[in-house]
Amino acid sequence: MHRSDYETMEGTERMKYRLDYLQELEAEAVYVIREVFAQFQHPCILFSGGKDSIVLTHLAAKAFAPGPLPFALLHIDTGHNFQETLDFRDALAERMNVRLVVGYVSDSIARQTVTEESGPNANRNRAQSITLLESMEYHGFDAAMGGGRRDEEKARAKERFFSHRDAFGQWDPKNQGPEIWNLYNGRKNEGEQFRVFPISNWTELDVWEYIRQEQIPLPSLYFSHVRNCVKRKGSILADSPYLIPHPQDEKVELNVRFRTIGDMTISGALESSASTVAEIIAELKEMNQSERGGRADDFRSESSMEDRKKEGYF
Amino acid sequence: MNNTKDILRFTTAGSVDDGKSTLIGRLLFDSKQITQDQLEIVQRISERKGMKEIDLSLFTDGLKDERAQGITIDVAYRYFQTEKRKFIIADTPGHLQYTRNMVTGASTANAALILIDARKGVIEQTKRHSFIASLLHIQHLIVCVNKMDLVSYDQSQFEQIVASFRDFAAKLDIVDVQFIPVSALNGDNVVDRSQHMSWYQGSTLLHTLENLSVANDINQIDLRFPIQHAIRVDDEQLKDYRAYAGQIASGIIRVGDEVLVLPSQMQSKVTSIQGMSGQVTEACAPQSVSIELSDELDIARGDMFVKPMNQAESMAQFSAMLCWMSAKPFVPAKKYVIRHTTREAKMMIKSIQYVYDLNALKRMEGVGELKMNDIARVDVQLSSPIFVDSFRKNKATGSFIVIDEQSNETVAAGMIF
Repeated sequence: MHRSDYETMEGTERMKYRLDYLQELEAEAVYVIREVFAQFQHPCILFSGGKDSIVLTHLAAKAFAPGPLPFALLHIDTGHNFQETLDFRDALAERMNVRLVVGYVSDSIARQTVTEESGPNANRNRAQSITLLESMEYHGFDAAMGGGRRDEEKARAKERFFSHRDAFGQWDPKNQGPEIWNLYNGRKNEGEQFRVFPISNWTELDVWEYIRQEQIPLPSLYFSHVRNCVKRKGSILADSPYLIPHPQDEKVELNVRFRTIGDMTISGALESSASTVAEIIAELKEMNQSERGGRADDFRSESSMEDRKKEGYF
Repeated sequence: MNNTKDILRFTTAGSVDDGKSTLIGRLLFDSKQITQDQLEIVQRISERKGMKEIDLSLFTDGLKDERAQGITIDVAYRYFQTEKRKFIIADTPGHLQYTRNMVTGASTANAALILIDARKGVIEQTKRHSFIASLLHIQHLIVCVNKMDLVSYDQSQFEQIVASFRDFAAKLDIVDVQFIPVSALNGDNVVDRSQHMSWYQGSTLLHTLENLSVANDINQIDLRFPIQHAIRVDDEQLKDYRAYAGQIASGIIRVGDEVLVLPSQMQSKVTSIQGMSGQVTEACAPQSVSIELSDELDIARGDMFVKPMNQAESMAQFSAMLCWMSAKPFVPAKKYVIRHTTREAKMMIKSIQYVYDLNALKRMEGVGELKMNDIARVDVQLSSPIFVDSFRKNKATGSFIVIDEQSNETVAAGMIF
């Protein structure tokens, strides 16, 4: 093939060599995942059971196809997970033939490195950060890839693709290394680690459009189902033994789905009849609430995500 | 590969009070990208600050410290989309001391949005931003003359600014410049056409962003395929499979193509291309693929595939423009690490030809040191060659970063031309 064949092409023919936005995002994410594999000794995928980490795992499998997925999945189990999340996680690990490593918050509580929160809004969201660090140290992981996206939350908007954490797992938002072009620098000292976010540039809608295109299976929680719920201060929570009752709680059976999946104590449900990916996308385009709008963990203060990230939260 | 919606990445630059955050806030708000709950939060904070109307800049100003200070301190990324395009905004601060953030934001951008305060016209900072955009070879510049409401939407004021910008930009290497008179505060010509400037016949900002042609921004002529790693499989189904994984930096590759492997200079033929959705017969930049060759060669991370008749230049000594990004100044005798595509080598800066004075836009010769935010032309020596094209012709193979091996810090960004 002569070198100038592209130069002699007509404009319409050249269009064949432009990627659409999902192809470009996919190519970028796969490049980042391969860089992680090349630059770190023992990287893992932080798997939450949510759609973003499921998409990330799907991308990682593509990056090394037809070879095996070369990363373990690390899941931090708070003990307050939806059973659906755990079942999905186990099935996915088996289907993809990948090693699953679970860190339990209850183990950290037993070791007394974590103190359980008390009070009506108690949850184990902050405790996860400690269990995550302990698990990474125990298994010798030097980098963890996550499904964090910059459009999720204002503190994430400034996150790098390769995000350095000191020996205590802390993020220093004011002292982040510059990230120029696509030349990622994963060098670090012994004991330090990186968090890497290959789908940084994806939005919630991009993730759903990609799930539709690739037909990626998701936990049933994302789709409309009948559930016993608790209405509390304008949000809808799943009724569960982990929820500490409030006097004003209203118990109702509703047709709901979850937009983000975290612990049962903090994941807000929304009333919806969307039962397919296409219906969810249609609903999302109409919706006037941001993705984390139902997350009780982000409501504690204006900068609660940033404060948690500094402590080592994802 | 042909689909309708593509991505436009742009960077914004302006000083604290040019109203940059307000402009982006306006762009998001008027194009209906702000959700009800985000709006309520911003309304609440605006009221607490004693403001009558909502402060649009709060939609973009992220971190806690800077909200307290009322300034932007780092590169923040924003996303929005219309039916036509997905947009990625790298929002960078405009202070002198944050040149490094501007370079970071500009490095991945197709276009730069430059803000000028209509009352002040072209100031030193405007020149500095435009110079950096040109240095980073951003091909499209959109100059928004903001705060037109404060100059009574005066046409002659706008035209004077356009003329003085053109005069100065003639010295820069910029392909395409467009000027838009706006009021971010009132929403004139941002998403909706202004009712106050009937004399302006051009496009609104959003319309300009949606229709900017970026088809020629990616080099599809010169094949450059830097290897990230080798994929090897040897099991029941696949016997002795060996492919080379990477993202095509530029050009097109097809099954049957003869390729030359750098640095070994060995030649082989492409037998298969594994794309993201299975085997394909051709692939182009910036796709991530894995490529099988007809011969079993010794190929590792950092090697590069090119065409035998169109090679990158193998160089261990060259001069480059460098933007110093570390608080620790450059140390002359020190050995640094250069990272170029997926390849690394040791590097020494032999001499500084000149440091660029970004205020006077002049070269300063005889400067012996490089400090944070300095832009300089330097001569470097590497321990082994890298495979280079001129940055103007090929951003991916004309750019590099410099790493301090002791601190692990990325200390500089470099461009070879």
